[in-house]
Amino acid sequence: MAVTTFWGQARATARENPFTLVAAAMFAGFLLIAIIGPWIVPFEPLASNAAQALTPPNAQHWFGTDSLGRDIYSRVVVATRVDLSIALSAVAFSFVVGGFLGAIAGFWGGRIEQTVMRLCDMVMSFPLFVLAMGIVAALGNSVFNIILATAIVNLPFYVRVARTEVNVRREAGFVEAARLSGNSDWRILLHHLIPNALPPMMVQVSLNMGWAILNAAGLSFIGLGVSPPQAEWGILVAEGASYIISGEWWVALFPGAVLMLAVFTFNFLGDGLRDLTDPRRRT
Amino acid sequence: MIGLIARRVLGALPNLLGIIAITFLLTRALPGDPAAFYAGPAGTQEAVEEVREKLGLNRSLPEQFWIYVKDLGSGNLGQSLSTGQAVIQELRMRLPASLELVFLALALAISIAIPLGVMAARHPNSWIDHLCRLVTTAGVSLPTFFTGLLLTYVFYFLLGWAPSPIGRLDPFLTPPSAITGIYTIDSLLHGDIVLFRACAAQLCLPVLTLTVFVLAPLARMTRGSMMAVLSADFVRTARASGLASPTILVRYALRNALLPVVTTVGMVFSFLLGMSVIVEKVFAWPGVGSFALDALVASDYAPVQGFVLTMALLYTLLNLGIDILYVVIDPRVQLTK
Repeated sequence: MAVTTFWGQARATARENPFTLVAAAMFAGFLLIAIIGPWIVPFEPLASNAAQALTPPNAQHWFGTDSLGRDIYSRVVVATRVDLSIALSAVAFSFVVGGFLGAIAGFWGGRIEQTVMRLCDMVMSFPLFVLAMGIVAALGNSVFNIILATAIVNLPFYVRVARTEVNVRREAGFVEAARLSGNSDWRILLHHLIPNALPPMMVQVSLNMGWAILNAAGLSFIGLGVSPPQAEWGILVAEGASYIISGEWWVALFPGAVLMLAVFTFNFLGDGLRDLTDPRRRT
Repeated sequence: MIGLIARRVLGALPNLLGIIAITFLLTRALPGDPAAFYAGPAGTQEAVEEVREKLGLNRSLPEQFWIYVKDLGSGNLGQSLSTGQAVIQELRMRLPASLELVFLALALAISIAIPLGVMAARHPNSWIDHLCRLVTTAGVSLPTFFTGLLLTYVFYFLLGWAPSPIGRLDPFLTPPSAITGIYTIDSLLHGDIVLFRACAAQLCLPVLTLTVFVLAPLARMTRGSMMAVLSADFVRTARASGLASPTILVRYALRNALLPVVTTVGMVFSFLLGMSVIVEKVFAWPGVGSFALDALVASDYAPVQGFVLTMALLYTLLNLGIDILYVVIDPRVQLTK
């Protein structure tokens, strides 16, 4: 029964907002490229070819070549895996840690809740991108620290969702029943309350993915995280930035456009998912 | 009202403490030994010990925190290794450039987003509503550096309308002598229209880049909030009483719809401060963001920490202002809290 209503609603959402379907297809495409990318590229992404430097897009080099003659199309394709895995790991980290902290705060309340929420407020009192910069600067410039910084600045959003979801059901009938049948607090939390908090948290994930990619690409654009010879969207744009004023637009604009497309995909998908799980909040 | 404002200011104090605590933690989390770091690459063993003594790094953590707070109180944010200047000096010099950018973008975004959102809510599913939807979905997906470079390519390289993206002023012009430090205002105060136009031209693209990014959440929130208010009973009553449509829209509906929009302004300001770093890099804008970036590249951390602290303080200050604005917009806030 639950399955049919879910699919019924999925169909209704798709009918009303066909962009969600398009976004889902594009998401699948990005995933596929991230997985098989390195095997399908026409050129070696790191191979430079000085004779072919800064060629405009043509039949051979679809996105043109950069100042070292590297094929931009191949570099953009290979970068997909890097960007998606950074964003996914960051979001997964916030999801697990934020979900856990939020759940215990919502379940036990009191001192734990105060501490957790105060910590969230502290993080939220910084402009998020600036705090991410500060964290990477303090911990050292590495891909892992980019992931950590992105995860930390996103943590409060997950904590809030999980806390609310657990809190509203803390006294629900099925929780009382579970308690009366002798389940421990932890068991109730893990088996009865957290599963109920998962759908809204999944929506948070998809709404957050786009932002996480933007954040990570932004950090590498300003020179943090992934280091240059490796292909990553933010770095590719940064490498092309100086050629914009002399008219070699393809070096920066193709990677930028693909990054935009990815963020676009996640934002649309997130909106669609939210409509699906909570039709009341539709805008 | 004064009492209420005072209470809001007091309410911001824990926030302030949190900010200081986190920036302190970031200072201590420096990779490697901070003392060796501050002593510089040429520092001998004695020099390192001396710095450790001077910075109080050999004391306990609470004591160190106290020293840190005292230093902040006297405006000591450390020295920049790369420029040799006190960080606070540099920040003070460069802050007007960043503020000019951020506040102009905020003002522009608000003045476009609110009318757009109101009109979209007034005529749902009309062309303006579709335009609003397009702006809101596209705007949040555009990476700031992409927008900035795209605008530079189109308006500088292709059309030749914009000046080259190299900072606040053409290198051949002399900046106005500092009164506020904000070039456009200073040049106007000096009555120098030519200089003003040069400064304003330089501002166009970076401000536009930031505006595109923050327009979306504002327009979206205005539309949503106006939609809800316009379907309320009191609007129907006002309409039935024969009030003119603009009066209903602005005096009755908008004022009630404004609170969530003002909250969004606070959120958007956080984006603006973050994204201004990227925009400053793209347009070689000599603000605090590019100062922090140059320092970061040179592994010079004191400016970065000073920058993070400044941004957080600015953000807290703006949120405080917004809290106070609530009371002005909606007197009911005073009664409930």
